[in-house]
Amino acid sequence: MDQRVFVTGTGIISCLGNNLKENLASLLGSRSGLGRIHHIDTLLKDDLLVGEVPLTLDALFDLAGLDHTEGYSRNALLGIIAAKEAASHARLKENRDLRTGLISATTVGGMDQCELYYQDFLANDTRNAYIDSYDCADSTEKIARELGITDFITTISTACSSAANALMLGARMIRTGKLDRVVAGGCESLTKFHLNGFNALKILDKEPSRPFDQNRAGLNLGEGASYLVLESEESLKKSGNLPLCELVGWGNSCEAFHQTASSPEGTGAYLAMKKALEVSGLKPEDIDYINAHGTGTDNNDLSEGKAIEKLFGNRIPYVSSTKPFTGHTTSAAGSTEAIVSILCIQQQAIWPNLNFKTPIEELHFSPVENLISNHPVNVVMSNSFGFGGNDTSLIFVKV
Amino acid sequence: MAFINGIGLISPQKTAEIHGFPAEITGCTADYLKCIEPVYRNYIDPIQARRMSRLIKMGITSAKLSLAEAGCTMPDAIITGTGLGSVEDTEKILSEITREEKFLNPTPFIQSTYNTISSQVAIQLKCHNYNSTYVHRTFSFESGLTDALMQFDEGMASNVLVGGIDEMTMNHLHITRRIGQWKMEPVHNLELLKHHTPGALAGEGAAFFLLGKDKTASSYARLLEVKTSFNLNGSFKPESILPCFLGKHDITVHDIDLVLLGVNGDSDNDPYYDRFANHFFPGKPQAWYKHLCGEYHTATGFGLYVASNMLRHQHYPEIFQYNTFNPSRLKNILIYNHFRNVNHSLMLVQGIF
Repeated sequence: MDQRVFVTGTGIISCLGNNLKENLASLLGSRSGLGRIHHIDTLLKDDLLVGEVPLTLDALFDLAGLDHTEGYSRNALLGIIAAKEAASHARLKENRDLRTGLISATTVGGMDQCELYYQDFLANDTRNAYIDSYDCADSTEKIARELGITDFITTISTACSSAANALMLGARMIRTGKLDRVVAGGCESLTKFHLNGFNALKILDKEPSRPFDQNRAGLNLGEGASYLVLESEESLKKSGNLPLCELVGWGNSCEAFHQTASSPEGTGAYLAMKKALEVSGLKPEDIDYINAHGTGTDNNDLSEGKAIEKLFGNRIPYVSSTKPFTGHTTSAAGSTEAIVSILCIQQQAIWPNLNFKTPIEELHFSPVENLISNHPVNVVMSNSFGFGGNDTSLIFVKV
Repeated sequence: MAFINGIGLISPQKTAEIHGFPAEITGCTADYLKCIEPVYRNYIDPIQARRMSRLIKMGITSAKLSLAEAGCTMPDAIITGTGLGSVEDTEKILSEITREEKFLNPTPFIQSTYNTISSQVAIQLKCHNYNSTYVHRTFSFESGLTDALMQFDEGMASNVLVGGIDEMTMNHLHITRRIGQWKMEPVHNLELLKHHTPGALAGEGAAFFLLGKDKTASSYARLLEVKTSFNLNGSFKPESILPCFLGKHDITVHDIDLVLLGVNGDSDNDPYYDRFANHFFPGKPQAWYKHLCGEYHTATGFGLYVASNMLRHQHYPEIFQYNTFNPSRLKNILIYNHFRNVNHSLMLVQGIF
């Protein structure tokens, strides 16, 4: 029998705050976390606006409860902090007999330290402890060590949809009975590497991003980590955890259009949302709110908007992008926005799409402009789309 | 469970444009074993190929070779595993931003993202189906296979394309030599076991497999089961894990006809293979393959190619023999791999006849 998949724990660190409580307070207060770059020595720092976690590497070690050790990246520490919060929320340390997995997502991996020491790597032996932290698996393995997870661990990288795919894999492994519990999510720290990369692609807005606005001019990068604990029904019986919501739908589709651009009609986005609905058995009219990918780039918002119109017709649910709050946390965006979506269900509220003024001419809908509270929110769809046209959509339902 | 219905392999051996084992083995003294690449214009439009990195060309070509052999044009999923992704592009960016920060050429950045191969294969095939990329050291390819096998369990797929791909560069070799991954001097790959020194011989490769729900005329073998195990403070206990892994298919260690080991010539890490093989499979044929492809995060892709061909052709070439025993039959092959005694993996492959 297919197992149902419940969310029993969440943990998050972002520019909005160091834990779930602080992130929620910022969302309720409609307070964006965007600001200037303080922790990276880059020529772009006076130019760009980012969602940076306002903590030094040492402060992150403290928050993670670890002694300062060579070889730890900012990325791994962000991951450990958020994963520990989720694990403690879902009492992961108990019921050790449950088969438990860790599926983490990242793309820049430990680049934040490697880019500082790359010239040393080439020239001398002084920073060798960081060589291993270069790849994507390093942060995952450090998180697994902290949480004591051994049954199944892996790392996914599908650019900006990575963490949504981590959640999808976790849900599928629970549904098919391969695991009882999964910690799934993603971590990404800001780096000179991808700040320069996105800057070269000319898709960064120097102002706060304006998703779904006619005058949108690009995205703001952000950093952070966020993890969810997923459990099967059987696991809930043993753990006694109360579910926060149920993960009922997931869909993954590839645009197969262009390495860094979405197709004008949003084929991948449409198919991902449609597949997620099919897996959930829900109809378009059941969706109360879509937490859009909504990066604020010209290309994404138009094609995502077109895809939403195609799927939902003239009954478009509430839509907003919360990236003007957090910045675009790339590989962590999927799980960050999954948590933001779950908070909508828990708070019976819909987060505003900050900075919106003018509707996009080609679209027939506008995003939510102000916080909506005391509104019934039972079913939420969360979209995450990435370079390479890797598009994934998830559906969470109130229990 | 799925049938292996097509294989495309670009490796340091002449494997790209043939089916089965190459007629001659390539041996050389080198810092690392470099792939013998086919002429790409036979597989990729030269105008498109001009902007592609070597890794992407290797990925697309091996993917197309596996699809062609299986006679499949539109897989239901495309899944790639890569430990390091595009090392060459990443190094280009690092050298541009770490000395003095200057405006980047966006192409290396675009190609440096790990999902580029999966996505470029999808673009070539115009395939909108499931698409994902795993990037976890020596679990990368195995995670892809795990996802693929689950697609069949879920009834979501009839055909799944799964690949494992990694490249090596002199720069990356130089850096990772500092942490003891590789031998410090060039060695001859066919004399790898004579050295008894720490460090492996590095390599690279692109191996794609078209897995199918059904047996076809091109089927090599059945891939029955894949497992990865993260060894945390001795949590990897093969005595309990292996019987359980095999038991899912009503197989015991006695039913295994040959064990294919990830032995790579590293005197620090090879003893784990010897202990595993001698504990479970004394007196049984023990085979190895990394002297032919070198060590890299997705080298088990080469291993799965070797096992598939042994089963299909019922042939155990001498070049793979790690001990002197010969199999009385070739039906069940166990592939065992580990990386630094931290990342352990098992694959069970069965012949069809």
